Amino acid sequence: MRAFEYAAPTRPTEMLELLADYPDDTAILAGGADLVPLMAKMIVTPRRVVNIMGVAGLGGIMSDSQGVTIGATTTLDELLESRLMADYPAMLQAICGINSDALQATGTIGGELLQRPQCWYFRAGEGLLAGGGRSVAVGDNRYHAIFGNGGPAKFVSPSRVAPALIALSAQARVIGPGPEDESYVPVEALFRTPRDARQSEFVLEPGQVLAQIHLPPAGEAQNATYEIRQGAGPDFPLASAAAAICVVGGIVREVKVVLGQVAPTPWNAYAAEEAMIGQAVTLDTATAAGEAIAAQATPLSHNGYKVQLASVAARRALLAAAGLPTGGFDS
Amino acid sequence: MAKAKYNWPKRGTTSLIGKQQDRVDGLAKATGAAKYSYDINPPNVLLARALGCPHAHCNIKSIDLSAAAKIPGVIKVAAMKKPGDEIRWQGDPIAVVVGETEGAVAEGLKAIKLDYEALPIFVNDEDLAAAEKADRASGGGGNTQLEKEAPEGTDEDKFADQEIERLLKESAAVVEGYYGIDVITHMCLEPHGATCEWEGKQLTAHLSTQNVSGTASQFATPLEITADEVTIHCDYIGGGFGSKFQADTWNVIAAKLAKEIGRPVKLMLDRDTELKTAGCRPSGYIKVRIGADKDGFVNVWDSHHWGTNGSTPGGVGQEVIPYVFNPPNRRRKRTTILTNASPTRAWRAPNHPQGCAMSQTAYDDIAAKLGMDSYDVFLRNIPTDPEDEAKILKHDRYVEEMKIAARLMDWKAKWHAHGKGPAKGSVVSGLGMAIHTWGGGGQAGGCLIRIHPDGGVEVSLGSQDLGTGTRTVINMIAAETFGLPIEGVTVNIGSSKYPRSSASGGSVTVAGVSEATRRGSQDSLRKLCELVGKKLDVDPTTLVASKGRIFVEEKADKGLSWKEACSLLGMTPQEVKGEFQRADDNHLSSSIVGGVQMAEVEVDKDTGLIRMKKFVAVQDMGLIINPRGATSQIYGAVIMGIAAALFEQRIMDPTSGAFLNAEIADYKLARLGDIGEIVVELYQPDSEYERGVVGLGEPPAISPCAAISNAVANALGVRVPVLPMIPSRVLDALKKARTA
Repeated sequence: MRAFEYAAPTRPTEMLELLADYPDDTAILAGGADLVPLMAKMIVTPRRVVNIMGVAGLGGIMSDSQGVTIGATTTLDELLESRLMADYPAMLQAICGINSDALQATGTIGGELLQRPQCWYFRAGEGLLAGGGRSVAVGDNRYHAIFGNGGPAKFVSPSRVAPALIALSAQARVIGPGPEDESYVPVEALFRTPRDARQSEFVLEPGQVLAQIHLPPAGEAQNATYEIRQGAGPDFPLASAAAAICVVGGIVREVKVVLGQVAPTPWNAYAAEEAMIGQAVTLDTATAAGEAIAAQATPLSHNGYKVQLASVAARRALLAAAGLPTGGFDS
Repeated sequence: MAKAKYNWPKRGTTSLIGKQQDRVDGLAKATGAAKYSYDINPPNVLLARALGCPHAHCNIKSIDLSAAAKIPGVIKVAAMKKPGDEIRWQGDPIAVVVGETEGAVAEGLKAIKLDYEALPIFVNDEDLAAAEKADRASGGGGNTQLEKEAPEGTDEDKFADQEIERLLKESAAVVEGYYGIDVITHMCLEPHGATCEWEGKQLTAHLSTQNVSGTASQFATPLEITADEVTIHCDYIGGGFGSKFQADTWNVIAAKLAKEIGRPVKLMLDRDTELKTAGCRPSGYIKVRIGADKDGFVNVWDSHHWGTNGSTPGGVGQEVIPYVFNPPNRRRKRTTILTNASPTRAWRAPNHPQGCAMSQTAYDDIAAKLGMDSYDVFLRNIPTDPEDEAKILKHDRYVEEMKIAARLMDWKAKWHAHGKGPAKGSVVSGLGMAIHTWGGGGQAGGCLIRIHPDGGVEVSLGSQDLGTGTRTVINMIAAETFGLPIEGVTVNIGSSKYPRSSASGGSVTVAGVSEATRRGSQDSLRKLCELVGKKLDVDPTTLVASKGRIFVEEKADKGLSWKEACSLLGMTPQEVKGEFQRADDNHLSSSIVGGVQMAEVEVDKDTGLIRMKKFVAVQDMGLIINPRGATSQIYGAVIMGIAAALFEQRIMDPTSGAFLNAEIADYKLARLGDIGEIVVELYQPDSEYERGVVGLGEPPAISPCAAISNAVANALGVRVPVLPMIPSRVLDALKKARTA
């Protein structure tokens, strides 16, 4: 690890000032589960590290008639323990799937969303795009993207909760770089697929901070996350899906299906949604919806199996959201 | 004297041996009081790290250390390779940086500049054709045994061809199979390394080692001193599994630099270099044709297997093909493949897990082909030839162990033909089994038994406790012999200054240390009894030690307390050497064990995920000193086997030869939630007790891969040919079977 300046502000304005001095060379530290190992391997070598865990107003879970607001530094454990999250099983299931007391106790919702990809070429120091995508294309890409991988970015978005938040139509409040700057964006708009080495996988500019997540009331929407995890440890899933459905009179009137671990961003499975809308949720309709996503898949040399896994994850997330048995191992 | 000079107490009369004993160092380990090699931090210690070469195959043109040496906090930088040296795997250490802080050392490593000439890379050890094309394959031997002899004057190879074709044609069932198992690493939780400190001409190396008594000269020779000037110290080691017998170049460099700088130097490999360079197991892939009669007896075996030993020739030997079974007609061919990967090191039961996984799977496929219960096919093929029995476990012992395992698994009730079980959603279940054998006889070694006049007892020997419970076993044996409680004896191991003991490899430790300790303790007690006999005016051979006293066996009230007895020593302790040679006529230890294991799994056919449901391990090991320790050993072995069957795999970039998953997060292992229920049965009828102590460390790690593969094949009705059975491979196998 390279030596760095360390700051632990307590006020938002102070935080934004500390981030502004060398905006391109400052890292935000929350739980540290991702940043610290990246710094230890010198993949990330910031001049300054700003710890935001003590910043007033960035933590806590609040509820009102507009829904639930979650501070970015809220830990995953706090979410699991909060009664305010009861209507969002898709979120809770995604967090439970992390399967690590340590990560759940120290990891924050903001850090979970903004963690860097696990791509082993990136983590070996080849850069996020690893030779313009070439290393991945000719290398071992078993865990890489099967959607949205036509450009140089072939890593997968690692966030476990992002698919659930997007399926639940969550918004993000972003502050900075100026003390008065503030914007609201859908959570899915935080992510982008970088086109060149200068772009990151997030739209946040240097000096900007993800401050809160806002979840609209779940209302009648039923939701679930289904992850396909090889083992019982904290390893990342091979594929996952979050589904939110609104069923009226036994028929799906609204549906969102978002896949995780399959593309450089969380991936909207529109084809599955189209197949599901206007149908009752049954094993057959959910299977058809899951299989509908395969047509758009563009697997790489070693990850064709992930197309099936993504289809099965979508199917099982829909079944679980509808309260039906998934037919496989419990997620 | 009718009684042997050295013997074990009669079964049922012991106070400690054979009883469930907690580890004597358990609390120290659990609380962190135990100092592992990684925990040794002498005052003023400097940190060092080795830089692994980032390229998998190259000639070094130059290593420029100048920028690294200028980093603040860097004390010394040294090259481990020179211009012209050929690097043959990624991670081979090329330089060492010593500094005041981890940060300085890390920056120093980053500043080293390597100029090199790239050379062709080959890492695909499974692809035999590609290896031949790249000129990386070479003959590795083979042999043929046939019941019929070639007629005089005929070409033997040609005759073998004809004979094997004839035998296959006449078989009731023939399987043409492909099986394999990838390279895995040792993944010791504590990486390889040492802290080296000098006092004048004396070097102490706090080394993470399985070989306390055998490494001093490996340091001394390159440092141009003699081994008497070296002390190897290792109280606790965080895993070795066969990879920690050597001094290793980086540790020797650490010692050299410590001397030059005049301060202690600590060099433990980082995880990346540890995985890339400090130990892995050969892969094995096999194409086989196997023919059996209608009862499942395999009459003919014809195979070609290959695999890699890394950048040096070798790999899985042919003696384990097929494994345990010995069909009357057998032809086997072996090819070794050179890859740009680190040379392998001994891995818990070298060759056996791969041999088992590459051959007992084929036997299971014979059962599938004949629609037979795998249990019956295994039973039918256990060798009965006395020549085989000399090498492996006795036939009737296997049969007994199979019966016990089947009962514990409820095999007969759960059994269904391959692929014919009921499905719950997309989940199917299956059963599989495998059997194994191992040596485990003791190696020569000694110990020193010191009895102090105040009653204190010390046993000292240059052995090591790999986490297997060696310290506890030594303690139990000495305390048992002297009639003392476990706390009545202090065990000193982990220093090369103690009487030499064998390296811990080949499962030889427990038999060796048991022999030395029991012999030394019995001799020591006899000597003490002479004093007691004189004092009590009785024949010393009538005396026994039990419950803290030494007394006349037939007249318990005639005796002395242990303390009173020891006070007869006067001012100085009594010292007796225990000694064991392999050639000794012994009654205390033996060799050759067997074991039977059965797995029950569930497989999700839609995702390729496999879950362990239940695993049964029946194991013999002669006389069992500490059943709790033995059981724990078997749990560990089975868990390691589950990891290799389902998760573990060295993943190499096909183009650059980079070891891609050389990180704890990426190198997948079984976690607690992945292992299911494990049932361990220690097989110890009187016949086992009477043959004395036999090693246990390796054998239970052999069968899991084959047993689990067979269980998955039974569940699916389709063989997943290569281990680990990761979801992509399971789905591929199902897809192939569907399209076939």
